[in-house]
Amino acid sequence: MPEQAKSAGAKPRPLSPHMQIYRWPVTMATSIVHRATGLALSAGTLLVAWWLVATAMGDAQYDLFSTVARSPLGQLVLFGFVWSLAYHLLNGIRHLAWDVGYGFAVQTASRTGVLVFTLSIFVAIAVFVYAYAAKGMHL
Amino acid sequence: MSDQSPAARVEGLGSAHSGTAHFFRQRVTAVALVPLAIWFAVSAFHLIGADRDAAIAFLHAPVNCVLMALFVIAAVVHMALGLQVIIEDYAHGEGSKLVLLVLNTFFAWLVGAACVFALVKIAV
Repeated sequence: MPEQAKSAGAKPRPLSPHMQIYRWPVTMATSIVHRATGLALSAGTLLVAWWLVATAMGDAQYDLFSTVARSPLGQLVLFGFVWSLAYHLLNGIRHLAWDVGYGFAVQTASRTGVLVFTLSIFVAIAVFVYAYAAKGMHL
Repeated sequence: MSDQSPAARVEGLGSAHSGTAHFFRQRVTAVALVPLAIWFAVSAFHLIGADRDAAIAFLHAPVNCVLMALFVIAAVVHMALGLQVIIEDYAHGEGSKLVLLVLNTFFAWLVGAACVFALVKIAV
């Protein structure tokens, strides 16, 4: 005890884990990304609304939407939208499984988390590869 | 449990005064959105590169029009519930929280109304 008291003055005492030095468990990453993609998809509803309203309003509005959607920035935003939707959907199914009592074991939750990350990235890339290849899309 | 008043325990509504209604609605819309979002994604993919006539023809079909309306409504309700939790987590002042919660409701209704307006205009 006396030794500890001495060193306490010399060294700063340990703090509770802080975000920057904490090694993120998979489940922590999937949770925060679920919220972030939910936020991104909320902004994405504006794109869906724009697309529907432009389609309803007229050729000029529809062409403006198409032009913006096809632009490099538009494609980047759409890739973010597609990945966010794929991730939020897949991870949402994971959440629903938890709600009915499945997949709570730490190892299982980590494995399904990695699976969701992997699958969502694969789906997003596959959608764009297929769109560019089969649909003849180009920038 | 023991720090609740008997009345609070009987009502079972907890500190948010709304019980499990929010939790339950979030799940019901989530379950609805699993097939609806997949249908939306496939449909949107199908319409890549389509001209306006093709998009209108697609949305004019009764099944597509109804499914798109259901998708939009379920999505904005799910969105409003989700954003509400984010606001409640991060907005600490009671005043700013109230303002953000009202804006959140307005946003969901605005997006939902715009989409439904467009679908009605295309359908009739």
